[in-house]
Amino acid sequence: MSILIGDDTKIIVQGLTGSEGTKHATRMLASGAQVVGGVNPRKAGTTVEIGGSTLPIFGSVAEAMEQTGADASVIFVPPAFAKAAVVEAVEAGIPLAVVITEGIPVKDSAEFWALAKQKGGATRIIGPNCPGVISPGRSNAGIIPATIAGPGPIGLVSKSGTLTYQMMYELADIGISTAVGIGGDPVIGTTHIDALEAFEADPETKAIVMIGEIGGDAEERAADYIRANVTKPVVAYVAGFTAPEGKTMGHAGAIVSGSAGTAQAKKEALEAAGVKVGRTPSETAALMREVFAD
Amino acid sequence: MDLYEYQARDLFERYGVPVLPGIVADTPEEVRAAAERLGGVTVVKAQVKVGGRGKAGGVKVARTPDEAEEAARAILGLDIKGHVVKRVMVAAGARIDREFYFSVLLDRANRSYLSLASYEGGMEIEELAVERPEALARIEVDPIEGVTAEKARAIATAGGFSGDLVDKVAPVFEALWAVYRDEDATLVEVNPLVLTETGEVIALDGKVSFDDNADFRHPEHAALADADEADPLEAKAKEHDLNYVKLDGEVGVIGNGAGLVMSTLDVVSYAGERHGGVKPANFLDIGGGASADVMAAGLDVILGDPQVKSVFVNVFGGITACDAVANGIVGALAELGDEANKPLVVRLDGNNVEEGRRILAEAAHPLVTVVDTMDAAADRAAELAHR
Repeated sequence: MSILIGDDTKIIVQGLTGSEGTKHATRMLASGAQVVGGVNPRKAGTTVEIGGSTLPIFGSVAEAMEQTGADASVIFVPPAFAKAAVVEAVEAGIPLAVVITEGIPVKDSAEFWALAKQKGGATRIIGPNCPGVISPGRSNAGIIPATIAGPGPIGLVSKSGTLTYQMMYELADIGISTAVGIGGDPVIGTTHIDALEAFEADPETKAIVMIGEIGGDAEERAADYIRANVTKPVVAYVAGFTAPEGKTMGHAGAIVSGSAGTAQAKKEALEAAGVKVGRTPSETAALMREVFAD
Repeated sequence: MDLYEYQARDLFERYGVPVLPGIVADTPEEVRAAAERLGGVTVVKAQVKVGGRGKAGGVKVARTPDEAEEAARAILGLDIKGHVVKRVMVAAGARIDREFYFSVLLDRANRSYLSLASYEGGMEIEELAVERPEALARIEVDPIEGVTAEKARAIATAGGFSGDLVDKVAPVFEALWAVYRDEDATLVEVNPLVLTETGEVIALDGKVSFDDNADFRHPEHAALADADEADPLEAKAKEHDLNYVKLDGEVGVIGNGAGLVMSTLDVVSYAGERHGGVKPANFLDIGGGASADVMAAGLDVILGDPQVKSVFVNVFGGITACDAVANGIVGALAELGDEANKPLVVRLDGNNVEEGRRILAEAAHPLVTVVDTMDAAADRAAELAHR
């Protein structure tokens, strides 16, 4: 088991024929993921050679699903066209849409999220501005390098891409069930809470690492959720303890405004929920080691 | 990007939101001329992107052009919470009967929009929210549906407006929503929205924030940015498409990925506690790529900061392998030549790390120290900055 994606996940790539789409589809295939095709209305009916596989290009997500049985889409479409791509995936009712694209206007994200909600949540959206999701040895939908860590009992959820990689690397000897990068934008589809819920239900996941960062109150809400619903050990890290107020730190959502959104407030909320919080990635990994030493 | 009040006023006017005549001015003489043009009572208002300007003496009523000029002398150059006033708006005076509040903003927690409205405006909205929360309506605005005529009336009614007043404010709410939607704003706030003694509803002040991700849809927004607002190093970084924030310390930081760089700032700050309290000098995310060109541009920006005493390059090779990053660093140092004059501590981990470290060892650049872990590298960089 794993969460969100597994051995049977069939992936299509929206934006497969673009440079990012091609590069990462090649990596996904190399890591053993089942990438079954791409979507590009202007190249429908053609095929592309990627990583030794011949992949069909379909005119629409609906057609790709019908022809291949795809149940996940990874979206690499540029910001100006990303909303239309996600809307298409949602309209087609694909179970999982992973939006890698960085720089999507928040209005577009709010609109495609509202649409997904209207459709009853049939499509789970991950991202945007995220590295995607990997279940090492099983499947890989996004850009997380498959070589960092193998399969194991730790579930990982993070707003940040490179911190996901760093933490997977620190915990590579124990191994990862699934790592989910949920993205650093103000409006995202899958939240820390959604991932925690899935990890709690996954028998293969024995402990959870949650990585947050300054801005918003997602970590505080996750802390409330953990207190009430999560029985597995959770270890957390929050980036940005020393970030000054009013400066946006790279992610559109990472800004401390007034007393809200500070790393300290998030740490305290998490600790009050019984979560051990590390001050640095290495300290956080050490806390996770203690969990497995017990 | 946040707008100045006068920019918000102009934007509102274009969308049919009722506003008062206003003229911007940068000198007391211009203020006098503006007051003469407007005639009657005027209000001279500091243009700063920070709240609390009224309390700080940044807003003055003037009955005559003489008084307006005098007010301008007092306001121009005033320091309001670290923002020095360089420009004022001279606005026509209004006889106010009542003050209200209205805003529409992004609601991150609910991944939706929120409209706040109150019949009881005129005070700090944070105070109102705490002291009389029942007087402040909080109504979700569906991102797809938006604020329709019906929704605008519902917001007004929930905010405590009644009778004719609902008919008067609802169209203004609709117009303000149009500003929010069509300009890709993340905040449109009017505090106060006023009812004049002659029965007109007017937006007397305005705060607007735009979503920078939507700039590609709004080339005209670039003209609203203020050239001298940004730090010169931040402006330079922007030219190279680098994500740079100037901070107030001695250890320059370069990393790949926003989260890792934020984390690096923390680790450097903790290390600094052991080395004379040195702190990170900046946030700089060079993104996943980390090519020689990008690395050179990043180093160039950081080395341009005279406060920087050492530089910590912290890269996790995920998509980009460490050997490519190492070649990037070596190439960047060659490109910069003598301009690279401060010690560099490099930590590489991840994909192809052995090869990356080998490349750096072989290059044996006198300024470069390679340290294996993030914590130890931060410690070394802090130590070098403290010397």
